[in-house]
Amino acid sequence: MKKPPRIKIPDGVKPGDIIEIKTLATHVMETGNRKDAAGNKIPRDIIHTFTATFEGRAVFSGAIGSGIAANPYFAFFLKVPGPGTLDFTWIDDEGETTVEKVPLVVA
Amino acid sequence: MADDFRIKVIDRRDFVLGAGAAALLAAHVAAAPDAHAVTGSAEFETVLADLLKGAAPRSGGINMDLPASIENGDYVPVALGVESPMTAESYVKAIHLLSPANPRALVASFKFTPLSGRARVTTVMRLAKTQEVVAVAELSDGTFLMATHNVDVKVGGCGT
Repeated sequence: MKKPPRIKIPDGVKPGDIIEIKTLATHVMETGNRKDAAGNKIPRDIIHTFTATFEGRAVFSGAIGSGIAANPYFAFFLKVPGPGTLDFTWIDDEGETTVEKVPLVVA
Repeated sequence: MADDFRIKVIDRRDFVLGAGAAALLAAHVAAAPDAHAVTGSAEFETVLADLLKGAAPRSGGINMDLPASIENGDYVPVALGVESPMTAESYVKAIHLLSPANPRALVASFKFTPLSGRARVTTVMRLAKTQEVVAVAELSDGTFLMATHNVDVKVGGCGT
């Protein structure tokens, strides 16, 4: 990704809290259904997979199609088990994998 | 003898009524899938059948937060949620988002775990034209929920 994804996690988190995590990636999400000015099909290039894990345990994931808008936004929840690291992964059709690791600070 | 006859008549009448009710119920059950019927592409029908694996979904139970109408189909905010304890014994495994009138019917499949705490996702989708957006939720007990929400689209999402 040209620009790093944005991830928003609330502050002042305590164990047992159910918190909303918001993510925004920068991606064209080219559908593969469009044609260029010369009438040639523009190949599909989308983020097809998004995953969020906490200490290696699955929290949320998305198998994404071309019907998700450009610059894919996903907001979802985590029941905070305690302190640890969140891993976020975006994978696109060109095989580019973007990984962000964010420590979860727990009060 | 007369009493016997009367009893028989009542029995027969009850039987006829019961049979009628059963027939009505059967007709209702048979009609139930029609309640979910959404006009969609052949691909939509295939995708939906693949998701349900032969199960009959219960209608409703999914909160679909979408606008009733939108100017630009390129950017349609959507939130999908199911009330669930989200414990290892009872949780929502997945919520699938479908667009029956888009070139690709399956917009996304979102997966949850008990660690999610809440079965809710917010995203932004594309809609090629006015249609009944469909959500299918897959529960940990193997049952399914299905809900729809119509969105009027003024200008379709380009090349969705």
